[in-house]
Amino acid sequence: MSVESLFPRLEPLLPKVQKPIQYVGGELNSTVKDWDEATVRWALMYPDAYEVGLPNQGVQILYEILNELPETLAERTYAVWPDLEALMRSEGVPQFTVDGHRPVRAFDVLGVSFATELGYTNLLTALDLAGIPLEAVDRTDEDPIVLAGGHAAFNPEPIAAFLDAAVLGDGEQIAIAISEVLREWKSEGGPGGRDELLLRLASTGGVYVPKFYDVEYHPDGRIMRVVPNRDGVPSRVFKHTVMDLDEWPYPKKPLVPLAETVHERFSVEIFRGCTRGCRFCQAGMITRPVRERSITTVGDMVEAGIKESGFNEVGLLSLSSADHSEIADITKGLADRYDGSQIGLSLPSTRVDAFNIDLANELSRNGRRSGLTFAPEGGSERMRKVINKMVTEEDLIRTVTTAYSNGWRQVKLYFMCGLPTEEDVDVLGIADLAKKVIRAGREATGSRDVRCTVSIGGFVPKPHTPFQWAAQCDHETVDRRLRALREALRSDKEYGRAIGYRYHDGKPSIVEGLLSRGDRRVGKVIRAVWEDGGRFDGWSEHFSFERWMAAAERALAGEPVNVDWYTIRERDEHEVLPWDHLDAGLDREWLWQDWQDALGDVEVEDCRWTPCYDCGVCPTMGTEIQVGPTGRKLLPLTVI
Amino acid sequence: MKPVPEGPAPEPTVQRLRVRYAKRGRLRFTSHRDISRAVERAVRRAGIPVAYSAGFNPHPKISYAGAAPTGVASEAEYLEIGVHRACDPRRVRDDLDASLPPGLDVLDVVEARDGGLADRLEGSVWELRLPGADPGEAERAVKEFLSAGHVEVERLTKKGMRRFDARQAVRTLTLVEGPEKTAGQEPVQPCVILRMVVRHETPAVRPDDVLMGLRLVAGFAPPSPAAVTRLAQGPLDAVTGEPADPFDLDRAGGER
Repeated sequence: MSVESLFPRLEPLLPKVQKPIQYVGGELNSTVKDWDEATVRWALMYPDAYEVGLPNQGVQILYEILNELPETLAERTYAVWPDLEALMRSEGVPQFTVDGHRPVRAFDVLGVSFATELGYTNLLTALDLAGIPLEAVDRTDEDPIVLAGGHAAFNPEPIAAFLDAAVLGDGEQIAIAISEVLREWKSEGGPGGRDELLLRLASTGGVYVPKFYDVEYHPDGRIMRVVPNRDGVPSRVFKHTVMDLDEWPYPKKPLVPLAETVHERFSVEIFRGCTRGCRFCQAGMITRPVRERSITTVGDMVEAGIKESGFNEVGLLSLSSADHSEIADITKGLADRYDGSQIGLSLPSTRVDAFNIDLANELSRNGRRSGLTFAPEGGSERMRKVINKMVTEEDLIRTVTTAYSNGWRQVKLYFMCGLPTEEDVDVLGIADLAKKVIRAGREATGSRDVRCTVSIGGFVPKPHTPFQWAAQCDHETVDRRLRALREALRSDKEYGRAIGYRYHDGKPSIVEGLLSRGDRRVGKVIRAVWEDGGRFDGWSEHFSFERWMAAAERALAGEPVNVDWYTIRERDEHEVLPWDHLDAGLDREWLWQDWQDALGDVEVEDCRWTPCYDCGVCPTMGTEIQVGPTGRKLLPLTVI
Repeated sequence: MKPVPEGPAPEPTVQRLRVRYAKRGRLRFTSHRDISRAVERAVRRAGIPVAYSAGFNPHPKISYAGAAPTGVASEAEYLEIGVHRACDPRRVRDDLDASLPPGLDVLDVVEARDGGLADRLEGSVWELRLPGADPGEAERAVKEFLSAGHVEVERLTKKGMRRFDARQAVRTLTLVEGPEKTAGQEPVQPCVILRMVVRHETPAVRPDDVLMGLRLVAGFAPPSPAAVTRLAQGPLDAVTGEPADPFDLDRAGGER
């Protein structure tokens, strides 16, 4: 059965909405495969607006890999803004893909990539617009398998009711494996319906199917246990780790949109994983070990990507890009290759202690200086020990001095507020630090024309980190400290005007905390918020704290738990956490010990450069650290 | 001391190339900013030796003349590219067309002679397809509009609501009847088509301003949004009132 394009029905709506170009597809390097020639059809969703979702690396990688499979096709869909949503409802136009403008419900899989929990309500909008029942139990064989991935999928319990399945970790290989299971099952005529398909996926041990697990609770609301409820379903589900990134050089053909998006550049992931061991950082914990892409593969990908896209900026992505073992040769090699070509380089995340003058020089060739952001995260030396940031004040001053004396006039410093054990003095320490930064900049340049911006947000404890047991700081305390810091910065006559201050108030962090460490009961809250009109919770103009709190009160009325219980309550060592059956490879005892070390201001070194400290990931997952140096260099390109 | 950019000064512009391109189909939903980003990238992909401005934030020397509004298709959009190495216009036409997404189609490229391109774009020919509109009502509205001396309309601009005359800029306005044709459908029933030549003025009178004028003078309100296409732009002929090809002056006396 072929599927018609919805575009003729969508088109008359487009002149009535904001930025219609985001809904028409046709991006350079996008693919529309023949519907009838494919057996397995994926709709890939990034549950936020097109301008945020399109540049997402995860979606672009899977889109390309799946479309390379002969019997598989993949198209993309994004959250539609409320103006189009209203028109689609009144005109009966369902959720569509931007590639073929096909109805999402016609696909076999709806794969949704959750970088953040704040996309959950957008998932419900998309399901509803697609005509897919919101709850997995109500779906039939006519509905796609709704599959979650991305970092938030390491605790998918709050959205368990809306998902058929979830996958943890790197998506490249497991997406292909799922396609193969689907292809086989469909070629057999779909025996046993979607239950049989889900069972086949679950029995691989690499796909989590929430409905095959029962959660039992203690009378006080804590979880007693989570157990499989049928044969053939493993008691634990493990994450996926792609080894040898050189074998997976995606995206090869980056999508180039016509619409403006948040990242206008060609991005190459130069390594995956991070073992710096920052205790607040979920990404660093769940993506271990470090696997570098070699300098030559990076060079080849940049060359092809620039040619295919026409972008004039190259982003060298990773969790801490200056930590690549050959970052100096990569940046120098690329700067040499593109000398005089108007192509600029950027390192979106650079550690304070890994930045140096050579890097500064290579990044500013071509006369272009992208912004420099450093993240000391904590305002006091003690705080940075608690979070294991391992950056000293001297490191920071040395680094900003390098930046200022190499022509940067502005640096951005990122901090968090509400960290475990934090007191007012730790946050006020940020003001002292910022003043020292400006003083160093003035000394280095002999000019008063230097600035820094302090950017600060509320800390949210995340699953699979040493802080998963911690009490989240209440938003009143966070807001009080943020105000005190603003006052301390503004009132300073000598430095105040050179320091910018940006902060996010503490309320959204509480909702994020509820969703991050929530269990299945939180699903009722999400649904209630969505029914009350909750959309685009990552956007301050759409987010409503009051709506979330009111919905939580209603939805959790019959339960022994509430928002405070999920957020500002400290857990003890043996409490069963909602994600304990989902395995990121981290040894639970090691995580607990690291939490205790945090409370004792004890630091842990990076295992790339010091002996293994038994976090558990490599032996559990059968993986290993893959780092250079390779000793190779980038040769000049013959033609540009 | 005033800071100066590091590195050598950018190479000078040695040739200006004028490009006529079309904005078709679903790409009519591109905004002017979308198009300028797409063109910059296509120029780089195509390897066209575009010249850059000097300064801390060098910009490619590409300028645009009178872009059609978002949602309006066009067969006659114009831009000019400064290059630092002389190029064969035909080759640029092919390379740039191949590098732009389908729907942004390069139609013609010439080497610029004297005079500014924007000055030559005195007026536009617009086609408005009005599916479902009543031909009799349309005809009456066109007559009323043309016989009026002034037709004041309102439009929300960046500076707030503006009132201006939509009548004087309209040189010709005719009713053409043709087959209705929307995306994905075979032409079936007749469709009201308006064709008009509008002189470029300040504030610009757009096709939707004329539509509003038709509504104001005769209560003419088509049931669905108009599909608008700009068919041509150029210097207006004093006799016929129709625009000529703005590249004629560049071609005159040159090669070809």
